[in-house]
This record gives sequence, C-alpha cells and structure tokens, in this order.
Amino acid sequence: MTLDSRLKQRRRIQFFAIGGTLGAALLALVIALPILVGTHRAAPPAILSGIGGPFKLVDQNGRTVTDADFRGKWLLIYFGYTHCPDACPTALNAIAEALDRLGPDREKIQPLFVTLDPARDTPAVLKDYTAAFRSNILGLTGSAEQIAAAAREYRIAFEKHPTGDGDYGIDHSSLIFLVDPAGKANAFFSDQTAPDRLARRLGEAVG
Amino acid sequence: MIKVMALAFVLAIGACASMALAQQATGNGIEVVHAWARATPGRTQTGAAYASIVNHGGAPDRLIAVSSPVAEKADLHEDKLDNGIMKMRPLDALTIAPGHSTELKPGGDHIMLMGLKQPLRQGESFPMVLTFEKAGAVKVMVNVEKPGAMGAPSMDHMHSSAPAK
Repeated sequence: MTLDSRLKQRRRIQFFAIGGTLGAALLALVIALPILVGTHRAAPPAILSGIGGPFKLVDQNGRTVTDADFRGKWLLIYFGYTHCPDACPTALNAIAEALDRLGPDREKIQPLFVTLDPARDTPAVLKDYTAAFRSNILGLTGSAEQIAAAAREYRIAFEKHPTGDGDYGIDHSSLIFLVDPAGKANAFFSDQTAPDRLARRLGEAVG
Repeated sequence: MIKVMALAFVLAIGACASMALAQQATGNGIEVVHAWARATPGRTQTGAAYASIVNHGGAPDRLIAVSSPVAEKADLHEDKLDNGIMKMRPLDALTIAPGHSTELKPGGDHIMLMGLKQPLRQGESFPMVLTFEKAGAVKVMVNVEKPGAMGAPSMDHMHSSAPAK
C-alpha cells in the first residue's frame, strides 16, 4: 500500500467516523425530542380551540346520553339529517370505511351522528339509518333546544330550507370532528375526505 | 374460402350497422353512461342518483327534466359550499357543451329522488328517464350501490343509454 492510498484510507475512516457520530447524534435527537416536548402528537390547530363541549342528547335506543358518558373514548362527530341524500351519506360512509381500515385502534373511537332534524329523525328512524352503514355509528337526537346547544359547542350552523312542496332540507356545516378523550376537538375533516386518508389521520391521532 | 370471406363480410357489415344503430340510439349525440344511485339507508325516502352525460353532437344541449317510476319526483340539484355550509339547491337545467361530458357525482350536481315508493337496495337496478332539450328522452338503467358509495365499479360501462320508447 502506497502512502497516498494509506492517506486516502485514513480520510475515509475519518469521514465515516464523523458521519457516524453526526448520524448517531441526529438519531438521539429524533428519539429524545418527543420525550423532551412531552408528546409525539401534534397539538390541535389553534382554530379548534374552544370547540367541543358538553351535550345532552337522546341516543337511537331512546336513552339520554351526555358527553360524560363517552369520556375516555375518542369521538368522531358528524351533524346531519337522514333526509340528506348527498353530503351526509358521503360523510358517514367515509367514517365507516375509515374505521374498517383502522384495526384494533377502532375500539378507541366512538362515531356519533347527531341529527339536526329532530322532528323527523326519531330514535327509531336513526337506528334504521345508522345500521345501513354497517358500522357502530350511534345516532343521536333530542329536543330542538338540546340539538341547538350541541351544535353550538361544535360551531355547526344550520337552517331549515323549504323546498316548495311543503318539504324541507337543512343547510348545515358538513364537517367531521375528531374529539379527544377529554372532550375537546382535535381535528376536523371535510365530508369528502377519502376513507384511506381519514383512516391514516385517525391512526396517527389515536394510535 | 370464398364462403368464409363472404360470411366475414356479412358479419362485418352487421357489426357496422349495429354500431351505427347504437350511436343513433344515444339520441342526437347525447349519451348517458354509468348511471348509479346510492342505496337508501333505513326508512329514508330521499335518494340520490348520478351519471356521466356525454355530448357527442355539434351543439350544446341541456338536461331539463328527470323522472323515474321509483320516485314521486326527481329533481336536478347542485351542492354549494357557502361559507362552510353545505347548501343543496335545485338546478333548472344542466348544459353540456358539444364534445364535452359532465359527471353528476357526490358533492356536486346530482339527481335527487324524492318520495321513493320503495327503498333502493344495493345490487338492484331501476329505470330513469333523462330529458334533454334537443336529444329528447334518454332512458337508462340505474345500478344501486351501497349507502354513501362514492361511485359505481368502473368496469361497468355496459349500461349505456337507449332512447325511451
């Protein structure tokens, strides 16, 4: 081995030693950072602060339920109505399909469908409706006041819109909220979110 | 050999004739493909149907009415996201430019079926008539997919249209 090649080899060794040290330091930082910060989960976006709060409603089995009954579970909450042919089935199907893709993590999540149309959506109507999505989505109704109060907690705007033939639709905010086990909104999704993407985001949040 | 060629020739002519017939059958250049609806969950009597409409003609045409024997009324609706609020509003008509197609789909323009006489069940199909200003009535068979489905299986192109008799 010539002197030149020995020098080259030494440089190579130095290069790898420095690289290795840097790499190890980086790795240590990556591992340590979440521990130092205290959590590996992203904080909910500021826009969600103050969203999510107490509610008292009637479930599809006729039982009175409150937010406290679900404490310790993550919730997926969607407000809609059963006469809504487009946006609501889209959202509920996305929820059902996303939960199917989640595996064991789905046990941590209770999906809720809160009607904005209590006049037509009785507990029995809701029970038949949610069953069609072949998931454990729980339908919630209540008095007009109870529903308005729950909607307010989630900043859901809604308004009856007569369709001319004595019938009506309901204009409403169409968002799926993910609520943490303490009852605060953690994320929200459009009703058009693809089930794969929703499942991935849910897995990251609750996993 | 000549016989075989003659037969092939006859078959080819036949194929051309039926293709010409099929194109004619789409009604003055309008073709409706891939008509599908969502199964209705529970007792709900309101459903939604979707389709792709292709204008092969040289002039714009307008979809002006929809009807189906399964519903008391069928309306064309659009979804509008207005300040975060989903609003569904009737559309008077839907214009399809020549050489273009438009897709009725969830979250966009759709056909709302009101006063359903029976629930729409996954796997079933039902007739629906789309009436165009120029092309006239085009009858399609609508396949029922699951509740909340976002589309029909893509290989299913065979339910193209034929004019209403």
